[in-house]
Amino acid sequence: MLQGWVIVTVSFAYIGLLFAVAWFADKRAAVGRSVISNAWVYSLSLAVYATAWTFYGSVGRAATDGVGFLPIYLGPTLTMLLGWFVLRKMIRIVRLNRTTSLADFVASRYGKSALIGGLVTIIAVIGILPYISLQLKAVSSSFQILLGYPEIVMPPKVGSMVVMQDTAFYVALFMALFAIAFGTRQLDAAERHEGMVAAIAFESIVKLIAFLAVGVYVAFFMYDGLGDLFARVANRPDLEILMAPLGGAAGGYASWVWLTVLSMFAIIFLPRQFQVAVIENTDERHLKRAAWVFPLYMLAMNIFVLPIAFGGLLHFPQGEVDADTFVLTLPMVQKSEGLALLVFIGGLSAATGMVIVETIALSTMICNDLVMPLLLRARAFRLAEQRDLSSLLLDIRRAAIIALLMGGYFYYLLAGEAYALVSIGLISFAAAAQFAPAVIGGLYWKGGTRLGALAGLTAGFSVWFYTLLLPAFARSDWLGVELVNSGPWGIEILRPTQLFGLAGLDPITHAMIWSMVANVAAYVIGSVLRRQSAAEHVQATMFVDVFQQTGEPGSPWRGATSASALQTLVGRFLGPARAAELFTAYARQRGVMGVDELEGDRDFVRFAELQLAGTIGAACARTMVATVAQEEPLGIEEVMTIIDEASQVIAYSHRLEEKQQELESATRELQAVNERLKELDRLKDDFISTVTHELRTPLTSIRAFSEILHDNPDLDGAERQRFLGLVIKESERLTRLINQVLDLAKIESGLAEWRTEELDMREIVLEALDATSAIFKSRGVRVETMLSHTAPTVMADRDRLMQVLLNLLSNAAKFCTPGSGRVDVRLAAREGGVRIEVADNGVGISPEYQALIFEKFRQVGDTMTDKPSGTGLGLAICLRIVGHFGGRLWVESEPGRGSVFSFDLPASAGIPHDSRLLASA
Amino acid sequence: MAKRVLIAEDEPSIVTSLEFLMRKAGFETRAAADGEEALLLLGTFRPHLVLLDIMLPRRSGLDLCRLIRADPALSGTRVLMLTAKGGQREVERGLAAGADDYITKPFSTHDLVERASDMLADAGLRRPPSAARGGGR
Repeated sequence: MLQGWVIVTVSFAYIGLLFAVAWFADKRAAVGRSVISNAWVYSLSLAVYATAWTFYGSVGRAATDGVGFLPIYLGPTLTMLLGWFVLRKMIRIVRLNRTTSLADFVASRYGKSALIGGLVTIIAVIGILPYISLQLKAVSSSFQILLGYPEIVMPPKVGSMVVMQDTAFYVALFMALFAIAFGTRQLDAAERHEGMVAAIAFESIVKLIAFLAVGVYVAFFMYDGLGDLFARVANRPDLEILMAPLGGAAGGYASWVWLTVLSMFAIIFLPRQFQVAVIENTDERHLKRAAWVFPLYMLAMNIFVLPIAFGGLLHFPQGEVDADTFVLTLPMVQKSEGLALLVFIGGLSAATGMVIVETIALSTMICNDLVMPLLLRARAFRLAEQRDLSSLLLDIRRAAIIALLMGGYFYYLLAGEAYALVSIGLISFAAAAQFAPAVIGGLYWKGGTRLGALAGLTAGFSVWFYTLLLPAFARSDWLGVELVNSGPWGIEILRPTQLFGLAGLDPITHAMIWSMVANVAAYVIGSVLRRQSAAEHVQATMFVDVFQQTGEPGSPWRGATSASALQTLVGRFLGPARAAELFTAYARQRGVMGVDELEGDRDFVRFAELQLAGTIGAACARTMVATVAQEEPLGIEEVMTIIDEASQVIAYSHRLEEKQQELESATRELQAVNERLKELDRLKDDFISTVTHELRTPLTSIRAFSEILHDNPDLDGAERQRFLGLVIKESERLTRLINQVLDLAKIESGLAEWRTEELDMREIVLEALDATSAIFKSRGVRVETMLSHTAPTVMADRDRLMQVLLNLLSNAAKFCTPGSGRVDVRLAAREGGVRIEVADNGVGISPEYQALIFEKFRQVGDTMTDKPSGTGLGLAICLRIVGHFGGRLWVESEPGRGSVFSFDLPASAGIPHDSRLLASA
Repeated sequence: MAKRVLIAEDEPSIVTSLEFLMRKAGFETRAAADGEEALLLLGTFRPHLVLLDIMLPRRSGLDLCRLIRADPALSGTRVLMLTAKGGQREVERGLAAGADDYITKPFSTHDLVERASDMLADAGLRRPPSAARGGGR
């Protein structure tokens, strides 16, 4: 009965049944009565974890490792029982972000990085190919075996057949067609595949029934129950090892631990698992049910694994029949055709279920996260101008599915023989595990950055590739066994299966240890190395704090009340409290009790829009409110993009502020400088006004007296003379003043002409004394001199120095008390030059005036009864003259004890001093 | 009774010319060379008119002016400011301090005598209020 065509027909019939289930579910979903929105269906859909590998391979592994097959099922059990909240967090995030795949999820967390999305996709594709090939191998092998009925013939070696005659090839082809038919009939906005999920749940039931059937058969019909089976095995010394607690697994304890860990990751991170568990989830609350239903399913699937294995080992002579096939061959050997066919269908079911979900998940990732980003970048493609993208997307996915299955087939050809089924599967598990650090880190550590994720993924994947995939190729003669045996280029420490000398472990454990170490290390280091961008930070916060977001937990977005959705949206910008305030007030205004009872009518929508517009602008507000009101919840993604841009604007304006502050301080500096300039200007003005004042004073007298003399011709002769004398005197004073002002102005502005020559100071002093002798005599002041003959010569302007001396001498004469005055004039050599002193025994100058007298227009006038006839500029000019030639002028004085005016001048350099020597002008 | 004029000026030549002019016009004069002396003479001489130089040593002319205006006993005394700086500011300050008029050096003798005579003509009477005075006593 079990001829080829029968098998094929039954198979297609079964597939047809699956299609029918899917179609039915889709139809129901379209009218809003979703079949899959059901905790049981959800829990069963998770059982897609059990593939043909479980179906055939568990028994195969149990036959060699005893209980060592368990970790693969222990892991998921533990995850569901203890870690279901991790899934819940993921589900929440996926719902809020409308994430479409695992790659999308990871990319989204790390700042929506297309690079990460692409990387995850590539890792997933390469990692899962072995797994797909495993399914192909299982189906084609089981088909071959069944075909050989009633003989039990092991299928020919992989690759020994021409492709066109290779069953596996056709299996691959048909699976591709099924997957395309299931998953790419149309595009769904939320990437939901209701039909697919329903079909998967159905086939989970089918494979469970099949496996339980054969288990029951073997245990209770071939043998006399479990007790009997175990007893018989115990009697076989060669099989005794299988009864050991840890089984015969290589590496014992370590192996168990790492395999469990591996499977704990696999139940979440295999693309198909992520798809059914997270993306296809319709209600968070289903997780609670799945948390115990799924482990129960695992238990049910695994109860009979050992019994079947033992049954096969007991029945078949050692090594003749591949343990992987016991599930099938035992019914066959017992001539139970119906059961055998059921088993085959069960295996087929398991395989197609896996392939369909996995390829759909992978093709979505390939399309959304690999191909589309590249196309968008390729300008030649003019993506923006394409009207209808949906057909393009579907075509890309279909092509991807075909490519995946062909890829799986070729992997099967190249490396399929190297390992038993179980090991092939574990290789894929290990690849999926590489996503764990980036995802779990991303869920709970805000510090995880894009760089870290990239580093971790790359490092982990590279190690995985090197320690697992490469050796697989090597063993199948495609690469070369030397690589495995002695390391690349003979470097033993880098041997793929014993990296850095870690030996004694099975390849999977070994690979897991090294890849996880590399992955986590690279992830952490990469994350702390550089700060996150603003976008990353926003995403990180949004992921890690997803449960702190406002919004009712557990209630699906789709079909949510417009009012509360709008309120939540507004709350995100105005703050939840404020939004609640506003909306409640509005509700009361509309005569309604609470916000929930508000209808999402035009007025309300407009109201919400208005509230938002104040914060984000009218255009944005309108867009957001419009999408929410139409019950297509705006992805928080879009909202976050806007907030992100806003925060970038804020950061930019912070920088602007800094710049502004810098500008302000520069302006302040400029203002200070300006003030100083104005001060100087003021001083200049003061000078000018003082000068004009000084000039006007003698002019006043000159004019007044001139007028008086003119108007009073008959003035008394004596008075006339007196007045004329005053006119003359004031004219002289005026002239002197004008001269001195000009002089000072010239010196200060640098326009004065200096005729510098070598001078003998002694000579000049004597000349000055001669010129002032009349003044001294008229005031009765005695002059004493002490003039050195050996004083060096100085380089100076003769006339100017004369001017200085005349000024000092006449001052001295003025300050002396007439009659008893005495002036001493001294000239002496000083270090580096000469010093001249003019000392008088006059009234002296009080300290506060000692500095003042050198200032312009300052005279010691207040203490004197006579207004001095000087201009007040004399000393100021002297100071500048002496200064010009590098000298110093100062006064020492005590009130009542006379004054000494001294000045130093530097000696002229080089020429030996000789009092007779005079250079010509 | 001859009107009394106080000349507060520190330049001797100018004092001489002012004394001549005032005496020729028939007024009695006294001279002060600095602010302190002028203050003293205000009390003892009780002039009807003060010819006040802004730049006085010991006490500025402006100060003196304010003091005169603040003293009720001197309410009939007129003040004629002599300024050499000639800037608008000086004039404003002078008028704000309470001067009745000002004249810039070098002045015309005719101008000076005329103004002084005018002021003395109605000195002793209550001074009319003037907007130029700016601020109360």
